[in-house]
Amino acid sequence: MSSTSLPSPSAEMQWVLPSRGRVGMFCLIAAETAIFTIFVIAYIFYLGKSVSGPTPKDVLELPIFASICLLSSSLTIHMAVKSLRNAKVGAFGLWWLLTLVLGGIFLGETGREWYHLIYDKGLTISTNLFGTTYYSLVGLHAFHVTVGLLMISVAMLLTVFGKVKPEHHERADVFSLYWHFVDSIWIVVFTVVYIIGR
Amino acid sequence: MASESIAIGRLDAPARQIGEILHDWVTTVDHKKLGLLYIMYAILFLVIGGIEATIMRIQLIVPHNNFVSPQVFNEMFTMHGTTMIFFVAMPIVFGFGNYFVPLMIGARDMAFPRLNAFSFWISAFGGLLLYFSFVGGNGLYGAGNAPDVGWFAYAPLTAKAFSLGHSTDFWTLGLLVSGIGSIGTATNLIATVLCLRCPGMTLGKMPLFAWMNLVMAGLVLLAVSPLTAAQVMLSLDRYLGAHFFDTQAGGSAVLWMHFFWIFGHPEVYVLVIPAFAFVSEIIPVFSRKPIFGYPIMVGATVSIGFLSFLVWAHHMFTVGMNSYANSFFAISTMLVGVPTGIKIFNWIATMWGGKIRFGTPMLFCIAFLLQFLIAGLTGIMLSVAPFDWQLGNSYFVVAHFHYVIVGGILFGLFGAFYYWFPKMSGRMYNDALSKWHFWLFLIGFHLTFDFMHIPGLLGMPRRIYTYEPGRGWDVWNLIVTIGVFFQGAGILIFVGNLLWSSLKGKFAGNDPWDAWTLEWSTASPPPEYNFATLPTVNSRRPLWDIKHPEDPD
Repeated sequence: MSSTSLPSPSAEMQWVLPSRGRVGMFCLIAAETAIFTIFVIAYIFYLGKSVSGPTPKDVLELPIFASICLLSSSLTIHMAVKSLRNAKVGAFGLWWLLTLVLGGIFLGETGREWYHLIYDKGLTISTNLFGTTYYSLVGLHAFHVTVGLLMISVAMLLTVFGKVKPEHHERADVFSLYWHFVDSIWIVVFTVVYIIGR
Repeated sequence: MASESIAIGRLDAPARQIGEILHDWVTTVDHKKLGLLYIMYAILFLVIGGIEATIMRIQLIVPHNNFVSPQVFNEMFTMHGTTMIFFVAMPIVFGFGNYFVPLMIGARDMAFPRLNAFSFWISAFGGLLLYFSFVGGNGLYGAGNAPDVGWFAYAPLTAKAFSLGHSTDFWTLGLLVSGIGSIGTATNLIATVLCLRCPGMTLGKMPLFAWMNLVMAGLVLLAVSPLTAAQVMLSLDRYLGAHFFDTQAGGSAVLWMHFFWIFGHPEVYVLVIPAFAFVSEIIPVFSRKPIFGYPIMVGATVSIGFLSFLVWAHHMFTVGMNSYANSFFAISTMLVGVPTGIKIFNWIATMWGGKIRFGTPMLFCIAFLLQFLIAGLTGIMLSVAPFDWQLGNSYFVVAHFHYVIVGGILFGLFGAFYYWFPKMSGRMYNDALSKWHFWLFLIGFHLTFDFMHIPGLLGMPRRIYTYEPGRGWDVWNLIVTIGVFFQGAGILIFVGNLLWSSLKGKFAGNDPWDAWTLEWSTASPPPEYNFATLPTVNSRRPLWDIKHPEDPD
């Protein structure tokens, strides 16, 4: 058979497949989860194994305000995506900006905490195992927040210049999956570092 | 026919400038070109890694040899292992996945074409970074150049104090960077399989090739990421003075082993599942029967993927774990034999009663079956913890995993090369040369790796750069090294055959094997858009249905 022609799809046939954006983002989330798992395991494995001070109990304080801000931003980004789906670009812009501000506050609070730990308490990544695991786990999370905020900022600029249209709601939705992931990882990090580890 | 007019259009096209062609390849986002780039890049590194293996075997051909220094020997086994796993095996299976998954599921490209190009180029950059260590690894310390810490780079060898200069950093960064590419490609494969299947191709009608690539991609996501995390930790240790693997400050060298092998063991299945995929396509076509036990094959693949995450510490029996851990990992390792055995029975049952054609792809698949079986049996032997205490880190282990990787994976890959070469190049390979390749490589493989078990049983440890005469190891090492030259000759014939046939071979036509999956329904090589009209399928063998309308599947 030199060349084979295949029948083309019949019009009445229902053929619906999942969105590639969501599948792709879930794959990224799966890979990221594996990365965070390794860092969390290292954190738990090294709890109490530092040969010198300071210990978590000495220096860590619960970052309640920052956590509230970050977790609320999951709600605001959800509202933003919902608004865009309903073609309310103005409301989208406001919710999106609020997400940016809340995420920014979280990052600023992390920065303040680190400044306090480094300059007042003398804890750096090379001080002891607690410093090593603490800065790498919290830092890995903060890195993901930073990447998220950069992407939110780009979309914010596009909104300000009027480039965001209701038909982009699926992209916003795919990004919001990443943001929800970053927020839920914070719940794990918070529990491990500030509750179990302290 | 649409596909024929396309072929004519190509012949009429004016000859292009070399710069234009190069630009086309560098900027391409076409899954077939990227697949070929992956494959060509891997073949280049296959030759490099093969040369490194040859250097090691020449050093070991007689006792007290001085072919290379101990330092160079250490660099050779490190670079050989790292190259073969990360820059030969992974890109080659990604290349085949990239090229054939969209064609087999009736799609025009991968789900994310630009991510695909990014993944390839960043992986390629990782390989260059690793090999740049030969030039740049000296750093300011004048200590060594290429990494010499072994492919699993146990702590504390990688600590700053024991690994001066930048050689280990090039290793770490090369793997980190290529790992990003692997995760990108895995994401792409999963999204392609789940979101771009042509109408009618439900998951249960998908070719096994696509199924197995889906499982492989899932393993990559969950297995390569821990390695990435561990590499980040190692970099923090080396650059910022962190203490993850620094035993002086309470860190643990064993933790690195766990992190490495939670990647390292699933990685074996990342490589062997695509080999299963090739075999599952070739054996039915060359036995003229549909695959036996399709749903069982899918189930076995998924359970192998699942089990592969529960067995990593069988690489660590000799480290000294407690008896519960030893028992758990011994039993879980033996369990892997169950789904793997099911697969072997299914392939044999597919061949049973078929009209078998002994073309070169089929020869490689039959050799794969036998050799993979033996590799699995020595694997079961090594899963018995007390047996492993005796033979861990000996040449028996080296022989075992080369039986898996060369005797299993590489033979499957060679079968795939010959099977799909007509589709990728549009031309047939030279059959006589392919037979020479098969027999030379088969003889060389068995000379090297059958006899390599024996010095291992006699107590020869791996990674020694020389040995004393009179321990009963001499003659075996001689035979092992002689086998390497047979394999090298086979590889040279293989590469020469590919190059020559892609320019001068006979035209193959669309469907030289009278096969059943969608890639054979389009032109060879396929046009950029793959299918002029997207196909619709009703069964697992869409081309069978078209060729035999009176007897559809």
